[in-house]
Amino acid sequence: MSPSDTPIQDRAPAAQAAGQAERSAAGKPALLEVEKMRVEFPTRRGTLVAVDDVSFHINEGEVLGVVGESGAGKSMTGSAIIGLLEPPGRIAGGEVRLGGRRIDNLPYEQIRRIRGREIGMVFQDPLTSLNPLYTVGHQLIETIQTHTDLSESQARKRAIELLAEVGIPAPDRRIDQYPHQFSGGMRQRVVIALALCVNPRLVIADEPTTALDVSIQAQIIKLLHKLCREHGAAVMLITHDMGVIAETADRVAVMYSGRIVEVGPVREVIRNAKHPYTHGLMGSIPMVGHDLDRLTQIEGSMPRLTEIPPGCPFNPRCPKVFERCRHERPELIPVEETQVACWLYDENEGATANGGRSGSHG
Amino acid sequence: MALDSQEIRVSPGLGARILDGGRRFLDGDVFHSFRRSPLTMFAAGVTLVLFLVALLAPWLAPYDTLNLSSINLMDARYPPIGSTFDDNGFIVEADPRFLLGTDEQGRDLLSAIMFGLRISLGVGFASVILAAVFGTLLGLVSGYVGGKIDSVIMRVADIQLTFPAILIALLIDGVSRGFMDAETHQAFKLPILVLAIAASQWVNFARTVRGSTLVEKNKEYVQAARVIGIRPALIMLRHVLPNVMGPVLVIATLTLAIAILTEATLSFLGVGVPPTEPSLGTLIRLGQGVLFSGMWWLTIFPSLVLVILVLAVNLLGDWLRDALNPRLR
Amino acid sequence: MAEVAEAIAARETAAGSGPLVRVKGLAKHFDVSPPLLTRVLRKEGRTLVRAVDGVSFDIPTGRTFSLVGESGCGKSTVARLVVGLYSPTQGEVVFDGQRLADLTSRRQMAPVRRRLQMIFQDPFASLNPRWRVADIVAEPIRAHGLLDDNRAVLRRVGELLEQVRLSARDGEKFPHEFSGGQRQRISIARALASNPEFLVCDEPTSALDVSVQAQILNLMRDLQRELGLTYLFISHDLAVVYHISDYVGVMYLGRLVEWGEARDIFRKPQHPYTRMLLDAIPDLEMSGRQRIPVAGEVPSPIHPPSGCHFHPRCPFANERCRSEEPAPTPSPAGGGQVRCHAVEEGRLTEEVVQSELRRD
Repeated sequence: MSPSDTPIQDRAPAAQAAGQAERSAAGKPALLEVEKMRVEFPTRRGTLVAVDDVSFHINEGEVLGVVGESGAGKSMTGSAIIGLLEPPGRIAGGEVRLGGRRIDNLPYEQIRRIRGREIGMVFQDPLTSLNPLYTVGHQLIETIQTHTDLSESQARKRAIELLAEVGIPAPDRRIDQYPHQFSGGMRQRVVIALALCVNPRLVIADEPTTALDVSIQAQIIKLLHKLCREHGAAVMLITHDMGVIAETADRVAVMYSGRIVEVGPVREVIRNAKHPYTHGLMGSIPMVGHDLDRLTQIEGSMPRLTEIPPGCPFNPRCPKVFERCRHERPELIPVEETQVACWLYDENEGATANGGRSGSHG
Repeated sequence: MALDSQEIRVSPGLGARILDGGRRFLDGDVFHSFRRSPLTMFAAGVTLVLFLVALLAPWLAPYDTLNLSSINLMDARYPPIGSTFDDNGFIVEADPRFLLGTDEQGRDLLSAIMFGLRISLGVGFASVILAAVFGTLLGLVSGYVGGKIDSVIMRVADIQLTFPAILIALLIDGVSRGFMDAETHQAFKLPILVLAIAASQWVNFARTVRGSTLVEKNKEYVQAARVIGIRPALIMLRHVLPNVMGPVLVIATLTLAIAILTEATLSFLGVGVPPTEPSLGTLIRLGQGVLFSGMWWLTIFPSLVLVILVLAVNLLGDWLRDALNPRLR
Repeated sequence: MAEVAEAIAARETAAGSGPLVRVKGLAKHFDVSPPLLTRVLRKEGRTLVRAVDGVSFDIPTGRTFSLVGESGCGKSTVARLVVGLYSPTQGEVVFDGQRLADLTSRRQMAPVRRRLQMIFQDPFASLNPRWRVADIVAEPIRAHGLLDDNRAVLRRVGELLEQVRLSARDGEKFPHEFSGGQRQRISIARALASNPEFLVCDEPTSALDVSVQAQILNLMRDLQRELGLTYLFISHDLAVVYHISDYVGVMYLGRLVEWGEARDIFRKPQHPYTRMLLDAIPDLEMSGRQRIPVAGEVPSPIHPPSGCHFHPRCPFANERCRSEEPAPTPSPAGGGQVRCHAVEEGRLTEEVVQSELRRD
């Protein structure tokens, strides 16, 4: 933390944030804790590290946005948590705990049950998440009956309620239709109903709005937000779209090259980005009403997994890079309400950090 | 703008390009999958040996069986090494000069198989190349131009598919026999055979290429070429063709096996290669005629070579199809 | 590069002297009928999709006109009609005073082809994977015979690659060795190779990450300034459109519903669809501004709603909107045009809109 421009009263929450990493404010364990998770892909040219020592937590009922550009490892993080990594990908280190119970080393049958009952999933493409050969109702009822003791007719009643809840008109008629008879937005609503049908404690939504038009996207974001509030489910929202994060999330984790570079409350990260990458990312987003001649430009592109540089992975593109960044990997450092993996904020880097801080407030 | 760009931008020569291509192949996924499959490597080895034998037959073969004057009737009916043959009460011992024995005219079977392999592979390759060129071009035009031309080509292909390959080959052979005198027909026997086999195989190429062309045609690089104003014929040849060649290679390999078999079948039926220049199929036919007089080797050995050749080529084709198909990897 | 300088000088004097591109009453209908036998059995007629239905706009020299709308609105079809990849069912495209429909032979078309080029959406599909980058970029030069000597062609390719901030040496490589953003630069270099004046950009940044999108948008703006280019820009992203455009046209189900200067339309949107689109943009600044809730989805273009296509989703629709197709009327907010009965009748006052906001 840099002493000079952080007001005294800001220090308390900052210190608290550090202690919060593993525990929620109330002192009980967070709903989902991911600790130093590492995902590797053995290939014939060597082992690729897709997710590199990532740690974060999600509290009960909280929406955590995970944002990053393609290749940042955000989807891989989501897949790893629910045990859906495509082979030969595997969790090579760290722990994943759901409600205090370790789930990353469970046998297949147990993680499958957790996937249905405690963790719901919403994917990008609603067409591939639904089986085209069965009616929507069949798939909902089957899922409900797998995880509860409801009878066929009770399950059907529950399915119709769910469809109504996700805003599908005439649900008692549409429940017997096939996925192709639904439009893209309606299909995504069905997928959300499917994810929520057994009241999971956590919903992992991977790019749930990317395949949709802007006007539908707004509706789906709103729906997801509202439903999770009502059902008390926490959400891990994986997306490349900062706008979606701003609309939906409570906290946001920014990923780059398989690592979390910044994590904190959405408002803070968006308005007062601290990591040079986050800062550049925010500046590169065009906004209606902002008359800019040029957008902020981060030179270069995200390194391929085979070419991740030593030290801070962002160092070749970073406008504030200094010698230490090229050799030493920065860990998350608490700064005000957020945590940042950047040497600019290390107390031992006094002078440089000050220069960096005032600059990055921009 | 850099002034030194002149020095930098010199296109690499052909040799360098080939070297570069070779290096990329050895480093690439296709070669990697090849090295990981022992069966494929074995099949490739067998195919290579058989190809070399066929290619070098005039030098490798102990006897020139194509030269009828070199054949001595006195050498007839020797069994293969290590066996004896009961020729109407005379017990014939194997002769060390004839490893696989001889036929009724005293022709060395080993040499005959080598030359037969040469003809089988030659006819196979020629007909596959002919079928591939025609089929690919027709498929390309059909897919790219579309409309009426597409309908005509594809209906012809549909009709073609309702005839068995053998029937088409017999038809062409019969028709050509009709308007050529016996001597010309004999001289044109091989080209007719090639034409007949190609005619029965082009549809596979045409259909596959048409399908791939329909996919490539709508890709943006083809549209970009259209916006630039490139002529359709050039777009087809320079843009679409190189991108649909992968499947063509696979079908060509699998078709080679079919073509060799078709040639053998036709020769077996007597419409193929003349007995004076026997292919594997002709050898099998000739051997089959004397099978019941106990000369088993004249059928068994050519058949064995044919089976091994077709199996090896088929294995190669199957592997190539899997290696080039990203969905199966 | 004296010719280039001359060409630019010529263009600059031409700037502001009138539209470079005029699109008049453009329409494209696609036949999506089932096969003849099916039609006969079901006793149906032909089914036409009016992908583009009477679209007109002008693009002044050296400016950017953007078409924006949701999927299926016909914006990409307009782009393809303008560059001649499709031929229009009705209407015409006039480029620098010349009707494209009049240019029937390849020879007549060639000089115009050289002057208008296109950049595509998918950087992974728009470059031939079997060609070296240098050959890809050189293709328009060779096709139009702009330079005879191969060394001169390669030198020009080097210059073009540097113009899009790549290295001249990159010409040696194949497309798969580049990232999405770099490929899009190669696409741009190819489009610039024939010294065009007009670029049609079909969602050029939609497949890219935001930080790469910023690089490409900056590059496009620099090139427009350096070379005096005119752009037709197609996008579904309103923020990108706001950033890049001088003029904007909003499309819905094949029709332009509102068009005019970008600043006017974004500050004072008139058509309810434009308002809805703007309100659907995520609030990145977290200002908490009030927005009209978005409702409904784009209907199938095969059976578009009667009258104004937007009426089933429009909170202000009445009987007239359901039966009568609105004609273009001058926008009350500025020099633009709107196709909306409510705007024309003056029904859409601030109070009405505010009450709709409060309903949420």
